[in-house]
Amino acid sequence: MDFSFSEEQRLLRDSLQGFLRNTYDADSRRKAVASDAGWRPEIWRALAQDVGVLGAALPEELGGLGGGPVDTMVVMTELGRALVVEPFLETVVIGAGLLKRYDSPAACAAVEQIIGGELITALAWGEPTSRYDVADVCTTAKREGEGWRLDGKKAVVVAAPWASKLLVTARTGGGQREAQGVSLFLIDKDAAGVSAVDYPTVDGKRASEVTFEGVSLGADALLGEEGQALPHVEAVLDEARAALCAEAGGVLSELVRQTVEYTKQRKQFGRPIADFQVLQHRMVDMFISTEQSLSMTFMATLKLDLTAVERAAAVSAAKAYVGRACTSVGQAAVQIHGGIGLTEELALSHYFKRATMIEQALGSSDFHLRRYQALRAELPAAA
Amino acid sequence: MNLDFSPQDIAFRDEVRTFIEQNYPAEVRAKQDAGEELGREDYLAWHRILGTKGGWSTPSWPVEYGGPGWTPIQKFIFAEENARAGTVPILPFGVNMVAPVIMAFGTPDQKARFLPPTMMGEMWWCQGYSEPGAGSDLAGLSTRAVRDGDHYVVNGQKTWTTLAQHADWGFFLVRTDPVAKKQEGISFLLLDMTSPGVTVRPIITLDGAHEVNEVWLEDVRVPVEQRIFDENKGWTCAKFLLAHERTGIAGVARSKRAIDRLHDIASEETVDGLALDQDPFFARKMAELEIELMALEYTELRGLAREAEGKPPGPESSLLKIKGTEIQQRATELAMEAAGRYASPHLLHNATGGNEAPVGPRSARGVADTYFNMRKTSIYGGSNEIQRNIIAKAVLGL
Repeated sequence: MDFSFSEEQRLLRDSLQGFLRNTYDADSRRKAVASDAGWRPEIWRALAQDVGVLGAALPEELGGLGGGPVDTMVVMTELGRALVVEPFLETVVIGAGLLKRYDSPAACAAVEQIIGGELITALAWGEPTSRYDVADVCTTAKREGEGWRLDGKKAVVVAAPWASKLLVTARTGGGQREAQGVSLFLIDKDAAGVSAVDYPTVDGKRASEVTFEGVSLGADALLGEEGQALPHVEAVLDEARAALCAEAGGVLSELVRQTVEYTKQRKQFGRPIADFQVLQHRMVDMFISTEQSLSMTFMATLKLDLTAVERAAAVSAAKAYVGRACTSVGQAAVQIHGGIGLTEELALSHYFKRATMIEQALGSSDFHLRRYQALRAELPAAA
Repeated sequence: MNLDFSPQDIAFRDEVRTFIEQNYPAEVRAKQDAGEELGREDYLAWHRILGTKGGWSTPSWPVEYGGPGWTPIQKFIFAEENARAGTVPILPFGVNMVAPVIMAFGTPDQKARFLPPTMMGEMWWCQGYSEPGAGSDLAGLSTRAVRDGDHYVVNGQKTWTTLAQHADWGFFLVRTDPVAKKQEGISFLLLDMTSPGVTVRPIITLDGAHEVNEVWLEDVRVPVEQRIFDENKGWTCAKFLLAHERTGIAGVARSKRAIDRLHDIASEETVDGLALDQDPFFARKMAELEIELMALEYTELRGLAREAEGKPPGPESSLLKIKGTEIQQRATELAMEAAGRYASPHLLHNATGGNEAPVGPRSARGVADTYFNMRKTSIYGGSNEIQRNIIAKAVLGL
């Protein structure tokens, strides 16, 4: 049993921290989020080429550094701490995480391009009525000649406005919520029949409603075997949930730190409000939730390579816990700040917004609590 | 970073498990199964067996004092296995509380006199800290010790003294300088509970149990050589003890067992023809509790891993105390809720002579009494509010 970071992981953390400290202050972020593009491609290029984090957890044979889930955790925590909007989760953890599972030339090339910072992808899995059920897919792909014809609508596809390729789940067989019959396609976003309505999200990202109308796809657009995509998508979404928990770790740590600092400065009744025990205890509870969330993130991250049931139970337990911590710590941070905590000007309110959206992302706490409860009976008995 | 136990750790776990299976006293097990109140000898039987097994009764002691020299992970495994088997816990007052103070501050004579019998379960300790007027504000204590030649003459009243009715010895905080600042006039005395002038009076708690006591001290003569460390430096010992009171403070393994028991009760009860543990409302509460415990377990493991690397303990002992006790209490609350109407029969009279068969399912017996009793956990050992004060100051710098 070992909870320490390796030398490489420490270096990765330090160099990323240093880079973000110099480039990602609250003002630069605010300007980028308000710009037309909504992000900074030059930051992405630097993350790929100068800091070298995009390939940290990806296989060496595809140009990565051969790290694993702990490396992803290290990176995501720092991205959370700096409230980075660029699509590391969407493109690297989910996109490359899926693509590396397939050995087609297109998939391998895409991973290499992602590591180099040259390709942005987004996974279109959710639909207007599917809520968080990854098997609930109405989008269809029907055989047409050698290839496929894609029709359907995907909802709130985060990072899609920045992407040139989309990974799309579509039903090639089976009924609406059946696990069998879901296939995965890699498509060009500018293919004929793909249309997108782009918009900003409340936490500073960009997303799209994507519609597919008679999109013609070549045979090679299908990744892996027809109808067998779901186990891969679920595994990668679990990796992404663990990564989100790690991001939350950075966000929560900042919420605690900034709140503690603020209470030491802010004076009322002739003394710093940090002196008031009722606020102290509330901040201690924020701290405890944050520490416990870190522990759950370690646990889930280190169990990603176990069996599907153990992996999913661990991840859902963690996401349920961390999600609720995001809401409670965020609310407490704003309450303790008072009115200033509600302003656009204060960095803290942006951390609050991201924390709030993390609770919902890739399944709410209720969703994961239910999933954990359903899986716990299948878990192997403790040794 | 990894979660795996080493092959040595697994071998150790198997050794501990086998030893417990083969050596745990059957008569104590029988009393526990029957829900009977345990007596002095029942508490000490397992302690003595472990004491003769190369210091297994004192996992946290250094080897030079007879400890087994285990790694932090081995200590964790040992606690896990004992909880899993539901053994009677070794009482902390001697092994984990007074002994480290004696090791750190005691004279060679004091070490030789008190440590070996403490290890072997031949010396039962109680803790003379709280007073009617000194609870969370412990330094406000007023029990007086006045020097008279080679003795102190001690007068005062202690309270909430756990299992003092069985104790051979007690460690007491007493005021030796009534003028000094309150923390600076306290001394740490070891007191023979059979000394003339010591009176132990039971306090019956709301579950009907006799677990805590008042201890009255009237002109009790305590030899000066039973003072640990310097006169008026007792607060140093008390603070040291607080920092070392962390062993097993989270109670993770025992809470796991409590949750298993909760599942047993919930699988026997039915709601609308469905087992209670399949009822979405109740299942949700159980899942939330399990997840809380998981978080606590990994926080404890992170602390152990830091300790194993030789890093100083972080602030986690207060965190472990707060969350550990909240979880213990929640488990008893849910067990009582799960038991339904059979939570209400009060069964303690069976232990005191009644011989009629207890009513209701076995798994439901005593659940309400346990719930009532466990309210103590967030109060004792520094209330959870005091623990929050500690984190606020020591960690957040408030």
